Amino acid sequence: MSIGIEHFLTVGALIFCLGLGVALSKRNAIGVLMGVELMLNAVNLTLITFSRFAISDRPITGQTFVVFIITVAAAEAAVALALAVSVYRNRETVDIDQINLLRS
Amino acid sequence: MDGGGVVFAFYVLSAVTLVAAGGVMVSRNLFHAVLFLILTFVGIAGFFVLLSADFIAMAQVIIYVGAIAVLVLFAILLTPRAGRNNGETRFAAPGILLSVCLAAVFLFVIHDTAWQTGDLAPSLGVAELGEALLTTWVLPFEMASVLLTAALVGAIMLARTPQEEAEDALA
Amino acid sequence: MAPYFLALSTNHWYDIRDLSNISRVILEGADKILPFGFVYVLAALLGFVASFLIFVLPSQLYVGVYGERKIIGRMQSRYGPNRVGPLGLLQPIADAIKLLTKEALTPTKSDRLVMYVAPIIFVMPAVLLFAVIPFGPRMVFANIPVSLLYFLAISSVPVIATFMAGWSANNKYSLFGAMRIVGMTISYEVPLVMALLGAVVITSGAPFGGGVLNGMALQDMVLWSREFHMWVVFVQPLGIAIYFICISAELNRTPTDIAEAESEIVAGFLTEYSGMKWGLFYGMDIGYAIAASAFAATVFLGGWTLFGLEKWVPPWMIFIGKTHLFYFIFIWTRGTLPRLRSDQLMAFAWKFLLPLSLFNLFVITTERMIWSDQDYAKGLIYLFAVINAVLAVGAVYFWARFNGYKPENTPIRPRLVKNSGGFVPVGSEVKS
Repeated sequence: MSIGIEHFLTVGALIFCLGLGVALSKRNAIGVLMGVELMLNAVNLTLITFSRFAISDRPITGQTFVVFIITVAAAEAAVALALAVSVYRNRETVDIDQINLLRS
Repeated sequence: MDGGGVVFAFYVLSAVTLVAAGGVMVSRNLFHAVLFLILTFVGIAGFFVLLSADFIAMAQVIIYVGAIAVLVLFAILLTPRAGRNNGETRFAAPGILLSVCLAAVFLFVIHDTAWQTGDLAPSLGVAELGEALLTTWVLPFEMASVLLTAALVGAIMLARTPQEEAEDALA
Repeated sequence: MAPYFLALSTNHWYDIRDLSNISRVILEGADKILPFGFVYVLAALLGFVASFLIFVLPSQLYVGVYGERKIIGRMQSRYGPNRVGPLGLLQPIADAIKLLTKEALTPTKSDRLVMYVAPIIFVMPAVLLFAVIPFGPRMVFANIPVSLLYFLAISSVPVIATFMAGWSANNKYSLFGAMRIVGMTISYEVPLVMALLGAVVITSGAPFGGGVLNGMALQDMVLWSREFHMWVVFVQPLGIAIYFICISAELNRTPTDIAEAESEIVAGFLTEYSGMKWGLFYGMDIGYAIAASAFAATVFLGGWTLFGLEKWVPPWMIFIGKTHLFYFIFIWTRGTLPRLRSDQLMAFAWKFLLPLSLFNLFVITTERMIWSDQDYAKGLIYLFAVINAVLAVGAVYFWARFNGYKPENTPIRPRLVKNSGGFVPVGSEVKS
């Protein structure tokens, strides 16, 4: 029994789809953000897998990408949570169904 | 990757990570969902160790568990009357259907492709990563620092109350 | 990776200068009996049991509980524990028995599962932390190349556990405590990592035995001090000061324990805990403080080296001595300093420690470049030590003055707050 690239890619794909499901279906804005973080993590896992298994001159590139994704995820989480807190302060809700001021 | 230890570690980690990711989906309580999310992060850090990306694994735990998850917990505490409910919108069914379809496509592609995997890459240490970041990828690296600064300023501006802004305007 | 060996260390099992000899003999014997693979499990188990029996548990009981109470007692002109056994030496055991037999209550409206799991999650990282600490030249369980980052990563997990404890109790004060600890951790993590980065910068890349040292591995940092006859603390005096303040804030040690301040919020996140659940939090708080001391002894105080003396004295004894020396500073500050307010602590992290740690990093990076240009001359590092000591004192003084500290207003005898230039709310002046 051996573990190949397919195994890791399968896990990454499943986590990505679970994250997509969370991001599309949750009502709470913070829940949606959690789904997005899950998707980013799944992408990180896939990139590291390719960096480990792929035939390449510079296999470190995959890890470099992951560093940037983690950076962007941290920035995104900070701004998104500040937005959630700001919206809550004005509307007393973070329910994305009720944040509908622009609807006629 | 052969060897009983690797196989065992892989299946245990997959079970933990997938169950935790499913927990984010199904748990009704937002706080429990965040705890499951943290478990997912730790599980993925375990995968990184298994793929011998030590530095990335540690960065994953420090940033995701130590910072992002804590920020999410903070946001949950700061929005008390919004409820701790982690329920679905009315777009739940089509969203979940879409993700199931996407999962089917992904799994088909992954198992249908004949992957040309080479010999396992030589050990990639922190030194190689640092060298790559500061030579080939130095421009994105600097852009990332600008992005972080912008995010910092933006988050502070967004989260300020009107009273605080008024105080700063007077000073 | 640099070679790891100590020339004088023999391979006989009775050579107590290196305890890995005994464990190697045991494991080689076990490998003949056990099927393949189990010997690794046995090795991990052996390392865990040995480190806990020799180091962690005695330190927790006799330095963390007994010694701390006794020393603080002396500092505050009391006796401390002196009833149970000779000199009160059995006090920690009596405490443990009391806690074990006490009922662990759970409030009705609490989140039972999370409240039950929180102490367990709090204990796990404390055990994992000791895996990368080098007790001696060959006495380290997991000599991974990123052990410094591993330590930082694992030590960010207990925050989640304390948050779970505070949230699940469904108590206002618990929630306040949890909220405070989260905010404080985010703030103090930044200068902490910056201060440690200074130590990493100065140690990594230095030549050692034909290779170069990897500053992110704790064992290599110790080898650096051995090679250059110099502890990192001498080139990083500001670094260890910032490290100490930040780690005591993260660990909730007393001058900065706003998360469980009993005069403000009953006991913070521990309010609803009792019995052994509380005991786990209490004991592992000490465990974390000992792990942080061991980490500081490794990174800043030269680990198991003592200027050549480690050839005769067992290195692990030197290491344990240094750890307890650093732990004594925790006890000392706890016994003497008053508790800070929550906003004071936050402002201190962002306005005082962060600029100072950035300045420290800048200085040490410049020196590192000069040093590598001069082919790592050994004399230069002593010059850097003097320069850094002067710069550290100067930077702290200047930055304190800049932030409004006036040394001429510091009282040398007891005075009223308003006379010493402190803040007195309007309308509260006392007519004298």
